[in-house]
Amino acid sequence: MRVQVDRALCELHAQCVFIAPGVFSLTADDDLEYDETPAPGQHAAVRQAALACPAQAIRLLASL
Amino acid sequence: MKEVVIVGAGVAGLSAAAELREQGWDGHLTIIGDETHRPYRRPPLSKDYLSPGIPESVAIPQADDLDATWLLGLPATGLDLDARTVLRGSSDPVRFDGLVIATGAHARQVPTNLRGIDGVLTLRGLDDADRLRAALTNDPAVLVVGAGFLGTELAATFRARGLPVTLVDRARLPMIRALGAELGSRVAELHETHRVHLKLGRNVRQLLGNGRVSHAHLDDGTAVRAELVVVATGSEPTTGWLLSSGLAITSGLLVDSSGVASPGIVAAGDVASLRHPLIPGSPVRIEHFANAAEQGTRAAQALLELKPRRPMPVPSFWSHFYHWRLQSVGFTGDSFAYQTVETGPGEQFVGEFRHDGRLVGAVANNNPAAIVKYRRRLQVEME
Repeated sequence: MRVQVDRALCELHAQCVFIAPGVFSLTADDDLEYDETPAPGQHAAVRQAALACPAQAIRLLASL
Repeated sequence: MKEVVIVGAGVAGLSAAAELREQGWDGHLTIIGDETHRPYRRPPLSKDYLSPGIPESVAIPQADDLDATWLLGLPATGLDLDARTVLRGSSDPVRFDGLVIATGAHARQVPTNLRGIDGVLTLRGLDDADRLRAALTNDPAVLVVGAGFLGTELAATFRARGLPVTLVDRARLPMIRALGAELGSRVAELHETHRVHLKLGRNVRQLLGNGRVSHAHLDDGTAVRAELVVVATGSEPTTGWLLSSGLAITSGLLVDSSGVASPGIVAAGDVASLRHPLIPGSPVRIEHFANAAEQGTRAAQALLELKPRRPMPVPSFWSHFYHWRLQSVGFTGDSFAYQTVETGPGEQFVGEFRHDGRLVGAVANNNPAAIVKYRRRLQVEME
């Protein structure tokens, strides 16, 4: 799985941080950072985060 | 469990459906929705969707990956617990082994004294938003009735379009139920800075016009220009179809902490009423996007008789109006004691809500890191 956050759409609701904290986090400067290739054990949480994002900013792509 | 029916094609229903498939359940899934649309995001409908130009789609793409039978455009009209069927008017009843109730809420009816004249709209769903977009094309003077979340966001959106806006509420401050008096005052100031004509502690007595509204008379004797009236006075849970089902309805459908209403029947989203560990006492409904998604996931896990994978969610809301980026976690509003604990540049602030001295919620403007921190703290409080 490859994760891509559209920065133009991201509004920093941080729901992804709540739902998949192993993949998404906020930096000290309130920026979103994330693991672009999360481990299989995180995939379900990442899918939930993508669904729960109020801005629909999270795109999930198949791994290369 | 071979047949699961989800009544409600919004975010909560979609989230429940996605979780069933995520957990490997491969039975037959039917999703019933009263609107003709597959699940979409509601929050943009009071904001970007009403900007000039062609709006971006609000459809939620995950809806198309579910392998489900979609029965859209017809509401559920009843529930027969003995036969285990969902009734749909004169269409065939739909049988279920497991049921997810996610029928959400609907806009409160336009009060009688505002009916019978063209140009009065409510905003709840996508069709409403399309009607509202059409009504904005001639740059009307707008009257917004109700200064809660929706009314506040709409006033800001209409001002951004350069329209004259009057905002009326019978409460003395905007957003007082959600934010309390101190923050409600700041929201009032914000509206005034953006030249919204605020009429607080007031009601609309009558609308006047020749077929179409042109003016509104308020109960203080004043008349305001109003070529479009948007009624934003809140919503009610959509439980009418359940009243003779035997399930416990108490402003919403009552569920336990994992989302179960009755064996094999779960509920999620705006329709669900539950006792929350942060607030002892009466059950509450949590009416925000993120909660709908989280409750949907939990409800599906309960239906599959799985232990919940994550703790009970902490309620949260967010609202964007003018340059404010408001977020909250936990419980907030005029039932609790409020105190600002931090301020920053650009009107940034963080505040706490307490009940008998105990932290129950927090709100922040333009400070997502603070919200993340408070959510963790409240999560710990709940354990």
